[in-house]
Amino acid sequence: MLSLLDAAIVLAKVLFFVLFPLSLVPLLVWLERKVSALIQDRPGPNRARIGFIRLGGLVHLFGDTLKMISKEQIIPRNAYFFYYMAAPVIMATVALIILPVVPFADVLHLPGFSLSFQLLHFDAGILWYFAVVSLMVYGVILAGWSSNNKFALLGGIRSSAQMISYELPLGLSIIGLIMVFGTLQLNEIVVQQGDLLFGFLPKWGIFIQPLAAIIFIVCAFAETNRAPFDLAEGESELVSGFHTEYGGMLFGTFFMAEYVAMVVASAVIATLFFGGWQVPFMDTQALIDNAPVLLQVSLVGAALVLFGLAALSFRWYQRKKGFYGDIRDIEGLVYAGVLAVAGLGALGFLGLVLALGFPAWGGPVFAALAQMGMFIGKIMALCLIFIWVRWTLPRFRYDQLMFLGWKALLPLSLLNIVVTGIMIYLTGGLNT
Amino acid sequence: MKQVKVKTIKREKMSFWERTYLLPIFQGMGITFRHFIRNLIGKGPNISVSYPDEKKTMPTGYRGKHRLTQRDDGTVKCVACMMCATVCPAHCIHIEAAEHDNPEIEKYPEKFEIDLLRCVYCGYCVEACPCDAIRMDSGIYTIFATKREDFIIDKEGLLNVKPQDPSTARPLQGMPPLPGSEAGSRDLPMADHA
Repeated sequence: MLSLLDAAIVLAKVLFFVLFPLSLVPLLVWLERKVSALIQDRPGPNRARIGFIRLGGLVHLFGDTLKMISKEQIIPRNAYFFYYMAAPVIMATVALIILPVVPFADVLHLPGFSLSFQLLHFDAGILWYFAVVSLMVYGVILAGWSSNNKFALLGGIRSSAQMISYELPLGLSIIGLIMVFGTLQLNEIVVQQGDLLFGFLPKWGIFIQPLAAIIFIVCAFAETNRAPFDLAEGESELVSGFHTEYGGMLFGTFFMAEYVAMVVASAVIATLFFGGWQVPFMDTQALIDNAPVLLQVSLVGAALVLFGLAALSFRWYQRKKGFYGDIRDIEGLVYAGVLAVAGLGALGFLGLVLALGFPAWGGPVFAALAQMGMFIGKIMALCLIFIWVRWTLPRFRYDQLMFLGWKALLPLSLLNIVVTGIMIYLTGGLNT
Repeated sequence: MKQVKVKTIKREKMSFWERTYLLPIFQGMGITFRHFIRNLIGKGPNISVSYPDEKKTMPTGYRGKHRLTQRDDGTVKCVACMMCATVCPAHCIHIEAAEHDNPEIEKYPEKFEIDLLRCVYCGYCVEACPCDAIRMDSGIYTIFATKREDFIIDKEGLLNVKPQDPSTARPLQGMPPLPGSEAGSRDLPMADHA
């Protein structure tokens, strides 16, 4: 029988695992537009404003969302209505149900209470990702077929071919890693990555299995249908591929699913190859032991960063003074004020901690929060790499894609398994 | 039989590192990263014009919205000779002439209308004008209205358009010299009609 507290915790976790990727979507869209602009020597979105608040173009997202929701939904007459409607739902659902297997922090142990930061902690762990992520292609294929449009259909066909050729190396690349760690449970894998390799390198997946890491990352890019593997979309040759016939919020759902899939792929890559929630050189026990010092250091650091940002926005305000000749001119000043107040708040919190002393439950909670922050930071960094790659590389040609999948990545992933097996046999034992 | 010359173009062989794709990918990412950082710290090329807040000066000779030039006393310089209306390939100029008080000027335009929707901005009217009365040096390229009728710009409207460079506002006064006559000898007395 589930107690009330357990039910509440499960509910909170469900909410977190749904809302976290969804709330990252607008941020990533903004990041995508801004980073692409800076890469291409443009200023990027900076016009939309509420009063004087522009936040460097972040306000555009409200406009975009409103537009998408309020647009008329046009459904082609000859589309297969049920599948046409089902496709975006499948995409979004599948993208959202992968994340719950990913641990966001180590298990939090408090007296008489422990909290796991995974929603689904079963032993199959990583297999859940493989099982579910391959369902994603059904959304693409169904969308392409049910739209009754030749471009959409071509996009769907391309996507299915691409999926088949990249699923194999994706699955095989991970086998070497599983052989090394000897477990499928993602939290276990992350815990093992906390050790040190040769005494100075964190034992992250990328250091013990570099080839697998490269193969997995490439295949994860292909799996999310993002550039340079966005053949299913291929806007230069296929109008916009599988979602040609979608508009309004149905298109918005695809769009959202793409970004959620990006977050999920980043989370899985971070978990497997970049140490998950592990703070480098600090395992959970070390974090708990040194929590008071670390908290003080991080609060001082946060205050310094906030003051620096405040100074930067004040300088920006001074440089742009009178440029617009309206209320927008005070924007920088307001930001500087808010940031300075936030910095003072961090210092005040530090004072509070120093005055009241560090409570006993503070250590584990701080460790969990620090690990969570570290993990989210890793996710964001990988998302940034996704965006960076998209705006650097041109799309692969279809034959190049097939060549890469079948003739390069597949043999390499098999080779990786063999080499890993030999190494494990030579060094004698699994967990070395 | 004529010999056909065949030129074989050798495809450049990709080196090993190029064939792995990885190294070129990292090189490319390095380039984009350099641009990203440069623009982030504000040292980028910065060629964008944030349009409504700052406007570009159009180059001299840019054919923008038309304007009618004035004599020194502010009257319209046009003598309603119909040259521009005749040469206009889009037939967008409509002129109704009227008798001028000054017998040397003879005519002035009672009505001078340009349909900006029909105009193709070829600049022939400016070339054809014998007395520098119509110009396209306003540098205005945003021509907007909510009704078709509002795109027809009348004489007052044309007189109110300001040139982009204020120092070129005044046209040459007087009529252009006739062939064989001395330059500037046909300067006109000030007209006194409205």
